[in-house]
Amino acid sequence: MTKKIKNNKFLSPGHNACAGCGQLSAAQAVMRGLNKDVIIANATGCLEVTTTAYPQSSWGLPWIHSLFENAAAVASGILAALAQKGDTKTKVIVQAGDGGTYDIGLGLISGMWERGENILYVCYDTEAYSNTGIQASGATPYGASTTTTPDGNASVGSTQRKKDMLAIALAHGVNYAAQSTAGFPDDITAKVKAALAVDGPSYLQILAPCIPGWKINNDEAVLMGKLAVATGLYPLLEYRNGKLSASSITVASRKVAVSEYLKNQGRFRHLKNKEIKIIQKLADDNLKKYRL
Amino acid sequence: MNNKKQILEGSRAIALAIKNISPAVISAYPITPQTHIVEDLAKFKADGEANYEYRRAESEFAAASIVLGASATGARVYSATSSQGLLLMTEVVYNIAGLRLPVVMTCANRAVSGPINIWNDHSDVMSIRDAGWIQLFAADHQEAVNQHILAYKLAEKLKLPVMVNVDGFILTHSYEPVLIPTGQKIKKYLPTYRPSDGTYLNPKNPVTLGAFFTPDDYLETREALHNDLRNSLETIKKEYQVFQRAFRAESANDRNHKNDNGLWTYYGPAKPKTLLIAMGSAVGTLREAIKSNPTVGVLKIKVYRPFPAAEIATVMARAKNIAVIEKAVSLGQAGPLYSDIKAGLKPTAIKNLNIKNYIVGLGGRDFTQKMIAAIIRDLPRKNEIIKFIGKI
Repeated sequence: MTKKIKNNKFLSPGHNACAGCGQLSAAQAVMRGLNKDVIIANATGCLEVTTTAYPQSSWGLPWIHSLFENAAAVASGILAALAQKGDTKTKVIVQAGDGGTYDIGLGLISGMWERGENILYVCYDTEAYSNTGIQASGATPYGASTTTTPDGNASVGSTQRKKDMLAIALAHGVNYAAQSTAGFPDDITAKVKAALAVDGPSYLQILAPCIPGWKINNDEAVLMGKLAVATGLYPLLEYRNGKLSASSITVASRKVAVSEYLKNQGRFRHLKNKEIKIIQKLADDNLKKYRL
Repeated sequence: MNNKKQILEGSRAIALAIKNISPAVISAYPITPQTHIVEDLAKFKADGEANYEYRRAESEFAAASIVLGASATGARVYSATSSQGLLLMTEVVYNIAGLRLPVVMTCANRAVSGPINIWNDHSDVMSIRDAGWIQLFAADHQEAVNQHILAYKLAEKLKLPVMVNVDGFILTHSYEPVLIPTGQKIKKYLPTYRPSDGTYLNPKNPVTLGAFFTPDDYLETREALHNDLRNSLETIKKEYQVFQRAFRAESANDRNHKNDNGLWTYYGPAKPKTLLIAMGSAVGTLREAIKSNPTVGVLKIKVYRPFPAAEIATVMARAKNIAVIEKAVSLGQAGPLYSDIKAGLKPTAIKNLNIKNYIVGLGGRDFTQKMIAAIIRDLPRKNEIIKFIGKI
């Protein structure tokens, strides 16, 4: 069954992203969750570069890009200016990649959450610095080959575990924290709406398969988004006031082994059984941790 | 009480002026010697005397980014910092100018680490002199107050950020008699800030700010910013006159000098044998030192960016021996003010003038009358061009 989706004009087609980009389709799903009373602060990254090549812009909402690491603080400033004007209707949203969120912008995100501000922070997690050429970030999973954690005779790729950004958000007491993937656009849209309905800080992290970064075909971003959930590696999660309110992990979904997810991705192609077992354990641990 | 001179700490005088300017959003992070300003501003808010939003930031980087975001949303904003804080803000400072946001910030000038040192010099601001901000330097409390009011007028008129530099401790922590104009009086000179439609973030008229520029457009954008900054010299001069008319009592000290065009003030004889050039509070010390010397003049530079090179050259042409006395050094080159002055001179002027560079006061070293006497003695001698004057 196919469903026809009508996009609003908040993010126009005609941007310069790669064909089949998981981040751009996730961003469209985010836009479908918004109304026009929104201001966006966007971090440096693929989303910014591919949508605002001067003199063109794909954005139909007020949108600002300042730097790589400061989108959270810029959003705080926007909110402060709105507060001074007595504007409580306009919502403030941050968009950033995993490099801008997990790594270089983390301190400023912490500051924003400390201030308890009513800002929705959306992280498009491509699990690497896609824009600069697929270098490893704090979101890069174990075993992934990136340009700064390449596989080789003496390397399995990244040896770090992916940082648990959702836990960091929850530790700040954010009122709404959720996780989704580009494989589930309606879930993304629903979570954006849910986040905006909450008063206070909210965090939405979306796994966004990157065609060149993951070395997948340009029709596979949605499939990878679905498999990431089905294997348990990237479950659809939703926390309200710190309590897990919804999780997509079911026993049925665990029928998909992580090897099914890994085998079609060039970044994992070098992995041997030993490493695949380690990753399978990560998925199994997720099942225990998030199972409702 | 605001119509009378008050004996105020420099930081408090600045904070009171900012309160009366009535910005919409303030954000700051503590760093010595700037802290008293933002503490006072927090207290005014806590006491219900001020309406601005005050955002506590977790770093100077965030504070600068917060005022950037607020300014891009059409709000009048304020922040203050010093030294390491300014260096941490550097990326944002450049971005604010590139986005043409009328941010006003105080820099309580302090040395830069390492070694760590919390006292005054101009190393901090010199690190961002190329960022595209208008840079004002105050010599005393009243001038600091006046320059903050002028700064907002310039920033909002020219769409350029303005930094007001005040010497850390020497101005921020000392007490002087000063007039603080009332909010009402300031409002007459500086009306409520209303950016034009389509230039700020507003859901009713969505715009994209901070777009990505390729090699096809970047150069022209930087050239435009440079030209606008250069051309602002004329606006600064004009607005300074307007300011002096609007704030007669507050600018009484300056108006007594016919050699004051808003960019610099000259004190001394019509044709001095020796000219001493400086910025900030050192000017007060210089003026005191030359009181009984009819052959020496002092040139106070109030606007460092855009740099009024040609204007300064006309004053320099009156003298024979010139000492550029400054509290900063571009390591491996010379004092930045000296380099800027030299770069602005015609070859014939360079040939005819004896210009030397004296680096003083680094890291809070006292700049004394004895040092000034030594500089005046040393100036005609043929020896090193660049000298550090420490202990005499």
